[in-house]
Amino acid sequence: MEQSALLLASSLNAGTVLAIAALGLLINEKAGIVNLGAEGMMLCAALAGFATVVATGSHTLGLLAGMLAGLLLAALFGLLVIWLNTNQYATGLALSLFGAGFSAFAGTGYVQAKLPEQGPFAVPLLSDLPWFGPALFRHHPLVYGALALVLLLVWWLYRTRSGLILRSVGESPESAHALGYPVRRIRLGAVLAGGALCGLAGAYVSTCYTPLWVEGMIAGKGWIALALTTFATWRPARILLGAYLFGAVTMIQFHLQGQGINLPSQFLTMLPYLATILVLVLISRNPQWIRINMPASLGKPFYPGA
Amino acid sequence: MTDNSKRRWVQLVALSTLAAAALVACGKKEPAPVAAPAPAPAKPEPLKVAFAYVGPVGDGGWSFAHDNARKALEAEFGDKIQTSFVESVPEGADAERVFRDMASQGNKIVFGTSFGYMEPMIKVAADFKDVKFEHATGYKQAENLRTYDSRTYEGAYMAGVIAGGMTKSNTLGVVASVPIPEVIRNINSFTLGAQSVNPKVKTRVVWVNNWFDPPKETEAATSLINGGADVLMQNTDSSAVLQTAEKLGKRGFGWDSDMTAYGPKAHLGSSVINWAPYYKKTVADALAGSWSTGQAWWGVKEGAIDLVSIADDVPAELKQKVETVKAGLKDGSFAIWKGPIKDQAGKEMLAKDVVADDAFLGGIKFYVKGVEGKLPN
Repeated sequence: MEQSALLLASSLNAGTVLAIAALGLLINEKAGIVNLGAEGMMLCAALAGFATVVATGSHTLGLLAGMLAGLLLAALFGLLVIWLNTNQYATGLALSLFGAGFSAFAGTGYVQAKLPEQGPFAVPLLSDLPWFGPALFRHHPLVYGALALVLLLVWWLYRTRSGLILRSVGESPESAHALGYPVRRIRLGAVLAGGALCGLAGAYVSTCYTPLWVEGMIAGKGWIALALTTFATWRPARILLGAYLFGAVTMIQFHLQGQGINLPSQFLTMLPYLATILVLVLISRNPQWIRINMPASLGKPFYPGA
Repeated sequence: MTDNSKRRWVQLVALSTLAAAALVACGKKEPAPVAAPAPAPAKPEPLKVAFAYVGPVGDGGWSFAHDNARKALEAEFGDKIQTSFVESVPEGADAERVFRDMASQGNKIVFGTSFGYMEPMIKVAADFKDVKFEHATGYKQAENLRTYDSRTYEGAYMAGVIAGGMTKSNTLGVVASVPIPEVIRNINSFTLGAQSVNPKVKTRVVWVNNWFDPPKETEAATSLINGGADVLMQNTDSSAVLQTAEKLGKRGFGWDSDMTAYGPKAHLGSSVINWAPYYKKTVADALAGSWSTGQAWWGVKEGAIDLVSIADDVPAELKQKVETVKAGLKDGSFAIWKGPIKDQAGKEMLAKDVVADDAFLGGIKFYVKGVEGKLPN
């Protein structure tokens, strides 16, 4: 009983990183921009956050520094793909490769550094409940932040005028332009918001989830977050569910091993990726799902003069 | 966008996910090797000694321990020798170039400190007969290539003695790297040590299939603790497992280097490797002209392995027991791998009073009784 509570707790924690990054990428994609640079932005943000906590001792500042690092890289990306109309896929891949290399290079001095300790987190009263307490109410505030972010995004994207404008830019930038909306600036805003959220997720990994810095420590989470947006057919609530599901698969593989259940660990390592591919195959068989939710101009450049 | 192109889009995403998975599966890329410091001109031709490390010197574990031994060499021999090193040398084709460079730059002793340098070192050693090569953890020798290793399982056994006495749940956890005999031997020795003071102990193992992957090590350690383990050990290279134990209020050990600072409350002791005695002997042999090939496997007896910084709250009788083991290993009156030793199924692997030889130890591919789960192939 106690074990299932702890397993649920660690799955939620593992899923939070994916959820925050994927929600950021969702904002990008709702505006018609695909940013394959998520992995690189998260790595640079992880290093920026870690270095800031080492220097200042404040975890909050670390998370903010991570957001700033993500924001800066996203600004660079936005400049290239929105104003110079470079290919979004190629630019994003370049950003990922750059982020991986740059963070490894700049981070060599931080490999052995140690962060100040963070006290345990607990929601008053609720955290003392049997089972539910350890499972749901002893998390880092950001775990609840991800929940709030989903609610906020659902409301904003589907219930507000500005959310509608953002989606219209993703569906048909030409029409939005004809109506007088500043398509490029709206897209840049979306890219910046996405970068900041990816940065937040990256800094959470290096300062709270695994308080350490090593090169390549994001270990593919940025790619999984990208796949999650499609996995969830661009719906915020489904992204959250998908992220928790992926978190659970990650934790269950170790849990099964610890229980002595005989499954090859390499197979279990592969499971999250396999799950992504399976779901992609499934939804591609159902065009209805995609047609309703996918931004129609996703990945396409926009030329205001044309 | 038509349905068709949307479908194509989904396929594209599926493909890139696959590619990303493949990239991740291939493991992280090692940075390019850093050039060795240029040799300074010296007066009476010092003996030049070069080291190749697999990780950065700052990894806090394996390569860090080797570099400490290099510094000890410089302190011991002064201007009779001149040392240099290249860090983060990837295992594989690039390594051969690094070893060739080292040999042609006039180094007379070359240390390669990772298993994966075996084939490149064999190749380069054949071309530079006047250079002495020393390969850590390998098993192929040549007339100018010697192999050496340390008996890390002795440290694991001593850690086990303390773990067995300190556990309250009678469940220990090991975060293991890659299922090779060395690691399996360490898991078994840890368990045997714990059983010597507490026969009820069980050990659970989680494999992460990597030597250095702190996020994965953290997740593995968390799942072991969730499953009821209250004392952890790791055979991976980072301090993540000890840090996880600290965060969750459990206990753990340092591995390869003293890791007290990474988890002051959780730390029970550190099993450390000291390469300095062996490196000093090698250089002394070379200076005296008495170096010859062979294989060396050094442990507590030679001062290569120790359990250090034992926590204050460990009871005196456990500390005493560790001292007895140490003394026994030093004078040869005690052997860790002495029968009867049974495997998980209860089959006798080592008959009563039989002491395992190095060939037996080098080929251990079974879990002893008390380790739970099945050994991966």
